[in-house]
Amino acid sequence: MAMAALRREGRRFLLSSASSTPITARSAISSEESCLFGARSISTQIVRNRMKSVRNIQKITKAMKMVAASKLRGVQTKTENSRGLWQPFVALLGDGLSVDVKKNVVITVSSDKGLCGGINSTSVKVSKALTRVYSGPEKENKYVILGEKGKAQLVRDSKNSIELSISELQKNPLNYTQVAVLADDILKNVEFDALRIVFNKFHSVVSFPPTVSTVLSPEVVEKESEAGGRLGDLDLYEIEGGETKSEVLQNLTEFQFSCVLFNAVLENGCSELGARMSAMDSSSKNAGEMLDRLTLTYNRTRQASITTELIEIISGASALEG
Amino acid sequence: MYRQGSRLLMRATAAAGARLRVTAGSRAASQAFSTEVTEAPVVDSSFIEAWKKAAPNIDPPKTPLAFMKPRPPNPSSIPSKLTLNFVLPYQSEISNKEVDMAIIPATTGQMGVLPGHVATIAELKPGVLSVHEGNEVTKYFVSSGFAFIHANSYADIVAVEAVSLDRIDLSLVQKGLADFTQKLNSAVTDLEKAEAQVGVEVHSALNAALTG
Repeated sequence: MAMAALRREGRRFLLSSASSTPITARSAISSEESCLFGARSISTQIVRNRMKSVRNIQKITKAMKMVAASKLRGVQTKTENSRGLWQPFVALLGDGLSVDVKKNVVITVSSDKGLCGGINSTSVKVSKALTRVYSGPEKENKYVILGEKGKAQLVRDSKNSIELSISELQKNPLNYTQVAVLADDILKNVEFDALRIVFNKFHSVVSFPPTVSTVLSPEVVEKESEAGGRLGDLDLYEIEGGETKSEVLQNLTEFQFSCVLFNAVLENGCSELGARMSAMDSSSKNAGEMLDRLTLTYNRTRQASITTELIEIISGASALEG
Repeated sequence: MYRQGSRLLMRATAAAGARLRVTAGSRAASQAFSTEVTEAPVVDSSFIEAWKKAAPNIDPPKTPLAFMKPRPPNPSSIPSKLTLNFVLPYQSEISNKEVDMAIIPATTGQMGVLPGHVATIAELKPGVLSVHEGNEVTKYFVSSGFAFIHANSYADIVAVEAVSLDRIDLSLVQKGLADFTQKLNSAVTDLEKAEAQVGVEVHSALNAALTG
């Protein structure tokens, strides 16, 4: 009677520990059931396996964070050096955000690899919202996507509007020549009135706000400069070189696009590494907490089984004596 | 503060009449310049309203203008120094440095830029850029690019590649020139001809820069 009561206590103790950690509940109950059928000790094997896998995950995520941190240092210097590249163009031509055009092409810069937090989803959300802002009668919106993750998300509902998609950009360290060739490709294959480049600008390891840079086609620039407004005083600038103004504007647009794209791709690369760092960091922290909880469960299970064994032995011995 | 600047500017332009500009002064008086920042909030607010209608739950994205230091408005008198910005894709070679003069290799020939130069957009060809500051002259060989000279004596030079002259080897330049001239003579397709032509131009410019 007393033994049955004690065993019941043991069972209740196990169940209470199981309810506090629902993941291990199943394993605890199954190990408790094996005890009911006469097994000597409760198996801690299941908890131990789980602990081993969580520990491995923690090591992997820590290593990924270190790798991202070291890569970030290199790319960050490059990015900061390239920040001066688009400033002259913006100083001359302004932002061009609210210029109304018929053909908008949204260039989304995203990453190829995952595990980088939410930056790709933010870029895609902003691109989709941009197409909504610029939608209207007679207006056309197309996408050009750089990076696999953006393509995966946009293909789901805007498959027909994707003009061009490019991947494996970050395989080799970025340089201007590569981006210039890419820009040339895009300019040749895509008709546009305005190119809107959506990327995540790198402010710090924890802050990467989405940014939109606009490049207007030379015809639109001429039209806007004649119409007045922000670009109105473009006419006041004398043009040196080239035969006609439109030729120079054409070269200017192409050059501006390659410079802005170079900066955008670098900034997005930096943001991706920063986001991966923080995602892997929180992942390792979570794994550490999970490991702590599992260790507690493991110890409790182990101690409960030892206690049960002791009780059985002692009660058996006292039964023999008495 | 910037609004004050624009009001002073209007008064100054109205008073000074035709300033240093060659083009119509009356239009200059009635318009704000793209180098001013007072226009920026007005333009962005219409975009932000349209954004809020289309996507109310998402924050509007930032724009490059928000990250740039605003340029000063056009002064009423010629400033004494030219503020120069020389940027390359991998480095800002010179940023906001006050210099006396810069000679840039435009496609129409060497162009000297002094403070108070008329606003210009110039396309560059391979050649030597020299920056004069007091008594010292720094020379760079630039591949090509663009130069913007604004009316407020700010000059922006954007180039694809630039090296200082002492890092170029004369013998290699002459060898390269001979190579490309030969390629030009033996070129068959248009593409080969164009490539060889570019090589010849760059190498002869390098040669002239080093020897001349």
